[in-house]
Amino acid sequence: MNDQLTWQAAVKDTLPTIFGYIGIGLAFGVIGRTSGLAVWIVVLMSAFVYAGSAQFTTVSMLTALNPVSSIVLTTFLVNSRMILMSTTLSAFFKKDSMAKNLQIGSLLTDESFALSMNKLNYTQNRLSFEWLNTSNWIAYLTWVLSTLAGALLGNIISSPRRFGLDFALLAMFIGLLYLQVLADKSMSKKLQLLAILMTMLLTYVSMIILPASLVIVVTALVGCALGVLVKHAFF
Amino acid sequence: MPSSNVILLTMLGCGLATWLSRIIPFVLLKHFQLPKQVVEFLSFVPIVIMTTLWFSSLFTAHMGHLPKINLPYALASVPTFLSAILSKSLLIIVLVGVLSLMLLRIFGF
Repeated sequence: MNDQLTWQAAVKDTLPTIFGYIGIGLAFGVIGRTSGLAVWIVVLMSAFVYAGSAQFTTVSMLTALNPVSSIVLTTFLVNSRMILMSTTLSAFFKKDSMAKNLQIGSLLTDESFALSMNKLNYTQNRLSFEWLNTSNWIAYLTWVLSTLAGALLGNIISSPRRFGLDFALLAMFIGLLYLQVLADKSMSKKLQLLAILMTMLLTYVSMIILPASLVIVVTALVGCALGVLVKHAFF
Repeated sequence: MPSSNVILLTMLGCGLATWLSRIIPFVLLKHFQLPKQVVEFLSFVPIVIMTTLWFSSLFTAHMGHLPKINLPYALASVPTFLSAILSKSLLIIVLVGVLSLMLLRIFGF
């Protein structure tokens, strides 16, 4: 990664993250198909909802014949972390037009958010529409095409898990987290490590006491609040 | 599976709910500044979100019970983390991660 914010830099910066989209996209295509959804519905879901984990939840809730309202509510809860991420990201696009802001927002994912936060460490805290929009479109097209491939090949490659591709996304988060801590000069390393440890503990406890759809968003909210408290108390 | 109409309606609802979470902050915050306290709160979002997205995937949750560890994911995280320290390259980290899990599965984990 460097300080360039051109579309060429975006292509280069996004390349490592596409394995995550391919792995999960293939898996979603296969699972959607084997759950009895038509190919076009599986692909439409990826194109229209574009939400990774929430799509898996949706398919399993559909097969279990849950009411539409509770599926939509679950999706909203699982994805409400997007509000935190787009709030954070919006600060860097204030000078761009509303249309550009809407484009950036509409294609925001966990991965593009994490990638952007990493990029900031190399660009004196700047992002460009050209850079993020290019990165977002590569991610989106990869996701939709991988879903299509998974849905079409569903009966042939019964298990993309065998190739370890389901770990691409997690490996990416491990990498981006490590690189983030390494590069972020605005917060002390000790405070960052403490925030990470507290978040791990919070995640574990949340998994015991909360329904699965709430774990990530509640952990995110409480984790950030604890981070602020610890920062003021000890740093 | 429910009927196509129900599935399409579900998809429409899920798509809208997700899209609104994505764009509303961009629309609302276009013209005004967030208070300092909120900015400070948000400065923790990147590491907290990345940590919980990774760590929660290492377990299967059953509310009211202790989370069950996903051993292959937990084990594959170790070489992945080591490759992060050694290479500092996202591409290598992802490849090492995928390869590690593939090998673990071959050896029966």
